[in-house]
Amino acid sequence: MSDARARILARLRAARPSIPPARPDWAPPAIPPAERLARFTAMLEAVHAEVHAVPAAAWPAHLAPLLAAKGVRTVLAAPATWAGKALAADWPSRPDAPHLVAYDQPVEALKDRLVAGIDAAVTTTLGGIAETGSLVLWPTPDEPRLMSLLPPIHVALVDEAAITDTLAGLVAAANWAAAMPTNALLISGPSKTADIEQTLAYGVHGPKELVVLVLTR
Amino acid sequence: MDAHNSAGQTHGINSAHKPRGDFTARAPAALANPTLRANFRRAMDGLMTKRAAQFADRDAWTALRARGAAARANALARLPELLERLEDRCTANGIRVHWAETAAEANAIVLAILREAGATRVIKGKSMVSEEIGLNHHLEAHGVTAVESDLGEYIIQLAGEAPSHIVMPCIHKNKAEIAQLFAENIPGQPYTEDVDSLTAAARRALRQRFAAAEAGISGVNFAVAETGTLVLIENEGNGRLSTTLPPLHIAVTGIEKVVERLDDVPPLLALLPRSATGQAITTYVNMISGPRKPDEKDGPREVHLVLYDGGRSRVYDDAELRDTLRCIRCGACMNHCPVYARVGGHTYRFVYPGPIGKILSPQLEGLDCAGDQPFASSLCGACSEVCPVQIPLADILVRLRQEAVRPSATPAVKGGGSQAGLAADLGWAGWRLVYGHPALYALVSRLLARLGNLIPASVPMLRQWTRFRTKPRFAARTLHELAARGGFDRE
Ligand code: SF4
Repeated sequence: MSDARARILARLRAARPSIPPARPDWAPPAIPPAERLARFTAMLEAVHAEVHAVPAAAWPAHLAPLLAAKGVRTVLAAPATWAGKALAADWPSRPDAPHLVAYDQPVEALKDRLVAGIDAAVTTTLGGIAETGSLVLWPTPDEPRLMSLLPPIHVALVDEAAITDTLAGLVAAANWAAAMPTNALLISGPSKTADIEQTLAYGVHGPKELVVLVLTR
Repeated sequence: MDAHNSAGQTHGINSAHKPRGDFTARAPAALANPTLRANFRRAMDGLMTKRAAQFADRDAWTALRARGAAARANALARLPELLERLEDRCTANGIRVHWAETAAEANAIVLAILREAGATRVIKGKSMVSEEIGLNHHLEAHGVTAVESDLGEYIIQLAGEAPSHIVMPCIHKNKAEIAQLFAENIPGQPYTEDVDSLTAAARRALRQRFAAAEAGISGVNFAVAETGTLVLIENEGNGRLSTTLPPLHIAVTGIEKVVERLDDVPPLLALLPRSATGQAITTYVNMISGPRKPDEKDGPREVHLVLYDGGRSRVYDDAELRDTLRCIRCGACMNHCPVYARVGGHTYRFVYPGPIGKILSPQLEGLDCAGDQPFASSLCGACSEVCPVQIPLADILVRLRQEAVRPSATPAVKGGGSQAGLAADLGWAGWRLVYGHPALYALVSRLLARLGNLIPASVPMLRQWTRFRTKPRFAARTLHELAARGGFDRE
């Protein structure tokens, strides 16, 4: 225990205490279920993301030509996830499908490739937040953190049924406080900056494009 | 020799380059610079319009703001307890927690962590606390290269300048200046003012730095005591890269950044980006609750949290001034400040400019060094009105003005009383004398009614007022005389 710690805490404790105020009732805006998808889509499109609603069973078939049209040749996938398995099952038989690269080793073994050698990545999500047009990701050992960050294009799969109203509602309903993962992420659009004369530019560090596939049933 | 040992007990900015309060002397040059004024005016107008659109529903804004302010006030009311809880939870999660009282201590802690890991190449996410402690300077002096990766911070690091806004650090620079900097500093980059190509050049140059970095250093927006979670928000992805790609992550934060519960975060997140830039949310909200687990494939193997005091516990000591520590660094107060918009961030000379800087710098650095800051305000109250956590900035400005001129053996604020002067003291003593004696008051007011208009506008003390204003005219009769003539009693 350092001296600095003891001294800082002692000074704070010596100050006259103030009474902790009660947290006032506050409810985030409710979004009617029928409007959720529209709001989610509109918010994402407003921040330069691309949103496609596709039948859940056919997303790999939709995605292959979409990425090919963007000139994508290599796609990073997580082989142990349901999404990775679906891609591995569907794409090899398609002549237009990009080549799959597996994120199946620690980053140290793949660093050079990940940093500069891959065109796109496909990840799953826990769901979406309609209010702000956000994707919710809890990266896992099977689907690591850098997938949604390093390649220039990030494709995210969102189950339509997993789109909720608000972050506040989600954090409470799913009791996030009970067990936070190593890293929890909200992603709302591609990487962007307005640091040069308030002019928006995309892909300054993270993906330049965010493609969201909403899986409908 | 370690140049920073001399910082001794000084909080905040290292004494080696500690600025002096000379706002009044610097302001005229900024006011006379039309480019600077146009840059800031345009940027501030844009930010104000975008923020207003986010909070168009007044009732929703009022309720949300009350919830956000309560989250922050609650955290402060229980600060020592929550800091201990944060430390416990972080430690349980595998995050190593360090405490620093002074800038020198914080810098030494960061350097020691880097040395132990053998790290000499560091990539940095945006952190105002690291500006506050002069971290880059300290690291460079000890053989560690620290590269800023937020585009704005990268630009001003290339230019060798300081941030001029806490959210948009290079807001004072135009395209041509940036094009020139990049052409000179990024190998293979031609001169171009095309924003997309400038951005792409920065991506290329910084990707290499990220890949080579042995450590990443970041700030923290909220530290959640309940779960031991560090919440970082940003738009570029450089914050995520700095905290994910290198094997070591060091987060540096002020002790006031703690919140009690995870459910305090959503309302604060609903306030911060909307107040700052008029965005519904930032592109990335990054919640870190520990280092890489054994089965995980990426993320840093070590995460450290440095809790920095730097004078904050002294601010905390005063129940009224304590509200200063609620700040979530959104920058809305500066965006709406008529003084900031006209003089820009560099005129303040401190890390935090604008209204929050005017109340924070004198408290952290001392009124003897930043004593003119609380006076650089028209007290219009725009800052208090927009502050998402209801900090009474204007009231605190007035309080600090009092502290600045009130001599005391135990001043509430460091350097209190240092702005007291003989002329002001005499003026107030005279005022007290006249107002305490009715006969004297009657005599003086009659004299002024008869002869006041003969006093030239250029006499000392009056001149400071009349430099920019016409001298007010005295009425020919005092109010008492008029009242008596109208048949009212003498009281
Ligand atoms: S004082 Fe209020 S308005 Fe200013 S930066 Fe802090 S939180 Fe924002």
